Amino acid sequence: MRSLVFILLAFFSFLAVEPARAIAVDEDILENPEDEARATELMKEIRCLICQNQSIFDSEAGIARDLRKIVRERVAAGDSEQDIKALLVSSYGDWVLLKPPFNIRTYLLWLAPLFFLVLGAFLALTRLRKKQGVIKNEPLSVAEKARLKKLLSGEDKR
Amino acid sequence: MKPLYFIPIALFVLLAIALAIGLTLSPSRIPSALVGKPAPEFEVPDLYIEGATLSTADLKDGRMKLLNIFGSWCEPCKLEHPILMILKNEGVPIYALDYKDEADDAKEFLETRGNPFERIGVDEGRVAIAFGMTGVPETFIIDGEGNILYQHIGPLNTDVVRHIILPLLKGEGR
Repeated sequence: MRSLVFILLAFFSFLAVEPARAIAVDEDILENPEDEARATELMKEIRCLICQNQSIFDSEAGIARDLRKIVRERVAAGDSEQDIKALLVSSYGDWVLLKPPFNIRTYLLWLAPLFFLVLGAFLALTRLRKKQGVIKNEPLSVAEKARLKKLLSGEDKR
Repeated sequence: MKPLYFIPIALFVLLAIALAIGLTLSPSRIPSALVGKPAPEFEVPDLYIEGATLSTADLKDGRMKLLNIFGSWCEPCKLEHPILMILKNEGVPIYALDYKDEADDAKEFLETRGNPFERIGVDEGRVAIAFGMTGVPETFIIDGEGNILYQHIGPLNTDVVRHIILPLLKGEGR
């Protein structure tokens, strides 16, 4: 038992370790730690245009490094998060943001799951209600009870 | 059968069609958001001429032109190079950005293969991002006022030259 616990602990210990980041050691981090933190948060929301499932924070691609530099410069210059995102969107479109903005074109994307959930619930409820309406819960009449008794005792010859 | 029963299968068919179309799309490189808009402001050192620069002003010279982004290290760029030479011999003005390259390597590349470019600017990566480029090679068609009319991602091929580039270039009538 103890060895099992030990094995499990050893196995899951990787969760306690911060994964090694793709950022090279010689990358120029901002001096102001608050700025660097803001820049880092922003980088995690920007898509690497080559390895498109990664953010520029995680990607090792050259263009990701260039974009990180730009994000850091803009943060140090005092640009707002909106401004920096708008700058990148002006070059590459909304797809450069990992979280698509909530505008006309993407509200279908956001609302579709909710829509299907509501539709499914509606269909399920109307179907159930119909089934319940068919089943009668009235008790058997006297004649029906007698007939049932006959059937069960086998008196009825087929 | 009640019409309501057909809703799930209808939705499935619609989804299947959408996904089938998606399979034919090529999302590997993101197109620039600047097609149809003016070229961005930029200024970079000229590869050959000391002290000179290539900038947005050079794109506003009244001529239809191409802007090609390449690197001596880039294999597909070698593939499209003969097409660029042909276009140059046809009189098409071609400007270039030399992307993430060593000046000596770029010059050697052009000396051995031929230089199809009128002017070449050296880009560390900033200008490409400003233009909405994601890699090399890419080619933009730019009009006389500096507006980006078209973007071709990847090496040029004869189809795009014949059906898109030459018609657009000649359309302006020079």
